[in-house]
Amino acid sequence: MRPETRDTPSLEITVLVSVGRHPLTGRGRRADQDARGVELARGLPEAEVQLLHAGTLNEGSETALRGYLGMGFDALALLEQPEGADILPALAETLDEASPQLVITGECAERGEGSGLLPYLLAERLGWPMVSGVVAVEGVEEGIATLLQALPRGQRRRLEVRLPAIVSVDGAAPAPRQSAYGPARRGQLAFVPGAVSLDDDWAGWQVQPARKRPKRLKIVKAASARDRFKAAAAKAEGGGGQVLEGVTPEQGAAAIFKLLKDEGVLR
Amino acid sequence: MSEIQRRDPRREWIARNRLHPEHASVLAERGGAANEWLGPNGVIRKNPHAIGFIGPNGVKRIDRSGAQRGGQATGGARQATQDTRRDVTIAAPAFLVAVVPDLSGGRLSSHDRDLLGLARRLADADSERRGAVLAVVFGAHKEDGFADAGIDRLLHLESPELEGYAPEARVGALVAVEEAWEPHHWLLPDSKLGGADLGRRLAVRLGERPATGVWQIEADARGEGGSGWCCTARGAANTLDIQRPLPRVVLALAECAEPVSETRHAAQPLVLAQPLPAQLSRIEDLGPVAVDPAGVALAEAEFILSAGNGVRDWDGFHRAAKVLGATEGASRVAVDDGFMPRDRQVGATGTWVTARVYVAVGISGAIQHLQGIQSCDKVVAINMDSGCDMIKRADLAVIGDSAQVLEALVALVEQEREEKRHAA
Repeated sequence: MRPETRDTPSLEITVLVSVGRHPLTGRGRRADQDARGVELARGLPEAEVQLLHAGTLNEGSETALRGYLGMGFDALALLEQPEGADILPALAETLDEASPQLVITGECAERGEGSGLLPYLLAERLGWPMVSGVVAVEGVEEGIATLLQALPRGQRRRLEVRLPAIVSVDGAAPAPRQSAYGPARRGQLAFVPGAVSLDDDWAGWQVQPARKRPKRLKIVKAASARDRFKAAAAKAEGGGGQVLEGVTPEQGAAAIFKLLKDEGVLR
Repeated sequence: MSEIQRRDPRREWIARNRLHPEHASVLAERGGAANEWLGPNGVIRKNPHAIGFIGPNGVKRIDRSGAQRGGQATGGARQATQDTRRDVTIAAPAFLVAVVPDLSGGRLSSHDRDLLGLARRLADADSERRGAVLAVVFGAHKEDGFADAGIDRLLHLESPELEGYAPEARVGALVAVEEAWEPHHWLLPDSKLGGADLGRRLAVRLGERPATGVWQIEADARGEGGSGWCCTARGAANTLDIQRPLPRVVLALAECAEPVSETRHAAQPLVLAQPLPAQLSRIEDLGPVAVDPAGVALAEAEFILSAGNGVRDWDGFHRAAKVLGATEGASRVAVDDGFMPRDRQVGATGTWVTARVYVAVGISGAIQHLQGIQSCDKVVAINMDSGCDMIKRADLAVIGDSAQVLEALVALVEQEREEKRHAA
């Protein structure tokens, strides 16, 4: 059994969860990055994790939200907002009142505009620092969290951020645990009151299913037929590369070493 | 002595036969008449290979009008293709379009170039009121083609606070730029390399609602929203197309416009009048974390050491990859022969790689392999054969025994690390 009293103060975390959309079937599900965020929060020792969702509650979204409850939660705070509403003011107010130390979100939503702006707007509004693309929280000490941030090409960067902070979770974060059916049914959706403001810009835009983007054509700007033919038929020619012939292995290695240094790939 | 023409049928035959070993010397002996002679049946014969001249595009031309005789043999010395790009200088721009390129690896990426093309479209739309493209560049870079990419004004900001991951300081600098010049539009790449993060921060700080994931812009005749442009943006995890008026801050995807190719611009350096505002940073960058290069997917690895048929010393190769911190790749032959696993194969049937530096060891460069490394920035080849296709593709080629070169390279790297350790 868990001890009732702890020596260290626990870390309060709020994970903002949204209703996802399955890429093939289009059905509601746990949003991928949000679920990774929940997993990240669950993995932290001494953490008190709250789930918060802002949106409408209907049949489709309830299944998706219960998916989060199935990751081992008793309750999910639900800030009810109509379809097409601007959830920012209500969310900011709720977070301001609850004042968690760490807010975890996904990078961008799978429904609606999905611009990925929400964490930035919240950070600006609450005056908290914001870190994007986090894959792990390595530790929290004296109000400073050590984070691991994902960079392209599989690289990682270590950051320190002062709490309270907002972090958004990268798709490279550890995969979420499976959602258990029983806890998902038993969990409570706790309604939280909040102000409603409408998003007029969004209502004015034309939205349609994504078209396939046109593939870029290889446009050959050539003055003569010969150049056009060469561009179409010839394979890569010598591009002015430097060729070192008749050098000792040491000289060759030194040239390669210099290039690698210049490119900054050697660590 | 006599009027009788003496003929040597054998020499004539040699002159006609281009494959004969003595062909060249016989032609030279016959001098100017080499391209025309009396055939065995008394007919004038012409050698089309010996007449004509090389045209301006390097194509051989035969002028049968007789105007240009004997002007042959400019040989292989093709004149360099002329640079036909126009020089454009915009002295007094009506407005500015600001671009903040990623400059990953210190160079303009193709995404950055597309974005600059988009900026040029916005700036050049009205020939009466031409705008200028302002590029804001942070930190040290290795790019020298800013003018070719379509940049009119270049603001280079360098300070220790802007190095590394410093989004707050960078946004502060961009806000200073906003206050100084008030650009009409801010364009940033919607990429993981930093543009997406920085652009969203900037938009929020400026109080603008940005368009994210923009992949197309069109002139909007209705003039809604005041900008005269509308854009199509991806939304909801790439499943929606959102059409909306173009806002001030735009985060655009790759291939949003054609890169600039027909003009060359001034790239005049600009200087910010005020020093950058001092900022208290709440985010501290502790630097990159060493990742296991073997765990990085080949398709997204940054630095690949790839082995082919020419590698004999496999232990040395694996050791070199480990010391250099490179991800291992292989050509098809090395995989088929069982020296490397299948998931390490680079090329048309394997993985198409996007490495910034690709070192090919003992790979001759089959066309399928060269296709796979099309998008690599720098290719280094270590090979015995100086005539192979990989050498032609490579930016740096070392002709020699790959095992010895790799050994020397490993020794150099280890020596440098040792020196660093002693210095520290």
